[in-house]
Amino acid sequence: MKYLHSRNRAILREMISTDFKIRYQGSVLGYFWSLLKPLLLFAILYIIFTYIVPIGKDIEHYPVILLLGVVLWSFFSEVTTVGAGSIVASGDLLRKISIPRYLVVLASSFSAFINLGLSLIVVFAFSLFNGLLPQVSWLLLIPVIIELFAFAVGIAFILATANVKYRDVTYIWEVFLQGGFYASAIIFPISLVPADLRIWFFLNPVVQIIQDARYALVPVEGNVTIWQLTEPKLLKVVPFALIVIISITGAVYFKRRSKYFAEDI
Amino acid sequence: MSDKRDIAIAVKNIHKDFILPQHKNNSFKQAAVNIVRENNKTTQKVLDGVSFEVKKGEFFGIVGRNGSGKSTLLKLLAGVYTPTEGAIEVNGGLTPFIELGVGFNPELSGRDNVYLNGALLGFNRKQMNKMYDEIVDFAELEQFMDQKLKNYSSGMQVRLAFSIAIKAKNEILIFDEVLAVGDEAFQRKCIDVFETYKAEGQTVILVTHDMETVRKFCTTALILDTGKILEIGTPQKVAKIYSDLNLSEIERDMLRKTEGGFKNDLGLSIKYKDTEGHDSVQFRNGDFIRMILKYNKSKLYQHLVVNIYKRSGEHITGFRIAGESGSAEVEVRALLQKGKYYSLVQAVNSQHKAVGDIVTGPDFIITTDRAAGIAGWSGLVPMEYKVISS
Repeated sequence: MKYLHSRNRAILREMISTDFKIRYQGSVLGYFWSLLKPLLLFAILYIIFTYIVPIGKDIEHYPVILLLGVVLWSFFSEVTTVGAGSIVASGDLLRKISIPRYLVVLASSFSAFINLGLSLIVVFAFSLFNGLLPQVSWLLLIPVIIELFAFAVGIAFILATANVKYRDVTYIWEVFLQGGFYASAIIFPISLVPADLRIWFFLNPVVQIIQDARYALVPVEGNVTIWQLTEPKLLKVVPFALIVIISITGAVYFKRRSKYFAEDI
Repeated sequence: MSDKRDIAIAVKNIHKDFILPQHKNNSFKQAAVNIVRENNKTTQKVLDGVSFEVKKGEFFGIVGRNGSGKSTLLKLLAGVYTPTEGAIEVNGGLTPFIELGVGFNPELSGRDNVYLNGALLGFNRKQMNKMYDEIVDFAELEQFMDQKLKNYSSGMQVRLAFSIAIKAKNEILIFDEVLAVGDEAFQRKCIDVFETYKAEGQTVILVTHDMETVRKFCTTALILDTGKILEIGTPQKVAKIYSDLNLSEIERDMLRKTEGGFKNDLGLSIKYKDTEGHDSVQFRNGDFIRMILKYNKSKLYQHLVVNIYKRSGEHITGFRIAGESGSAEVEVRALLQKGKYYSLVQAVNSQHKAVGDIVTGPDFIITTDRAAGIAGWSGLVPMEYKVISS
């Protein structure tokens, strides 16, 4: 058992480091692109929503809230898209060697996780620059990010498995993410949504996660979290229940089908 | 009954079916269409009740013609496929080489590729650190290890992959047609490695087409045909069955071309003589072989088709001679590698249809010695070549 463990760790490690080494192969800025991408997206959104459509004008620390949302969303989007295509992309490998198939999905997820770590450093630096002071509540980001990771990986497992049989999955998911971006209240604070409509947003685990993260980083009234909603009480369980259900479904579905990946791809 | 601890791999009545949908459901649209339509899937039984045991220290050969299921069996042993039915028990660590250099990435350096490939084969970083120098040494690529793999020549890539494969020691090793790649020098290296394995009592499973290798190295061999085991036994016995199987395929093939069962007895005899006119079945590479053909005269025989085959089944050459006189004498130059060959003669009528039986001539042997004026070459036959610049 110990042998198996160290073997899998070695594979994971090599896969992640390979991914890092070849990702920005041949580009001048190299790895900086992983930081630049969310930052540039942030810059565009910031200009639009502060000067052109001034949604964020009156919101305290709007740039920080926006940047954090963009970074977390990028992470979610990267884990799920890369994860969805990961099994098919490694088809050649899986037909020739018997490594635990879940390592392929995990490797892409961990690469994204390392990216997130780097992006968060930028977020913290930006927060200080924006006049926020480090505080204990920042530590709450840790469980929140773990929750996001679990949710994203659960989805990645389901999509990766389905994608082996139906290659449409990756394309559908791209469109789905486009919609999800707006449904996840990233560019606008959820406080702008009428109170009776907020419940519907909070059914989406990503909204619960991003709002909790925002509240942890910028603990002001405007950052509404699921915990501040009064009615109905049962709602608070929904995002967590969804994450548990999706993670378990992902694990079971993947495990059942993974035996046949080599012949199905 | 043999002791359980002596068994490296026990294969118990495995079946492997592949379901081949007439239309592969690669998209939702097709899937939807196919649900409505009746489900016309066909099941292909690739392996149909295969059982055998490989003992520790055995050099176990798996042979079979194309499509016999040996690659599927290998992938099942390697754990890439899951059997539809039955079980495979593996006692000890197993490293399969279905292909050399699995996971090699052209954008990574030679060094990184060694570690990546090693990890995929089941070795952690510590183990790889220990093996690394030996691998590089053996590949003779010290000064290239920091270069990207895409800048390697294909020969260098094979060398690197092969070095990892042979330094990656494990209790059970599985090789698939490794000898099929690489030049002569590389093949000789493989042979050396196999010899070491045999001497050390390393458990090896080898899938191959090459009966020479089977005879030389294997302690036991298994022959598969259409998903079933034809025979498990000594390599000699299995190699013989393999040759017969190939031969009978050739014969069946030729018979199929015979016109509606119309057969005539050719009454053909085939003899070989050397250039001095003595009967012989042993020649040197480059010698002239005189084939003496005698047969019943018939107006039906427009031509005789003379073929030369290698015993392992390869068709070396075939030509046609006029066939009405009842006898013929042909001189062919044996530009052939060492090995066993035979001839096959068939009469055809004016419409090029086969008439009469196919007659197999006696075997003849080519020895390693070369006739005067013959340069060496590798491979089946020497092709003419001209150096334009060098």
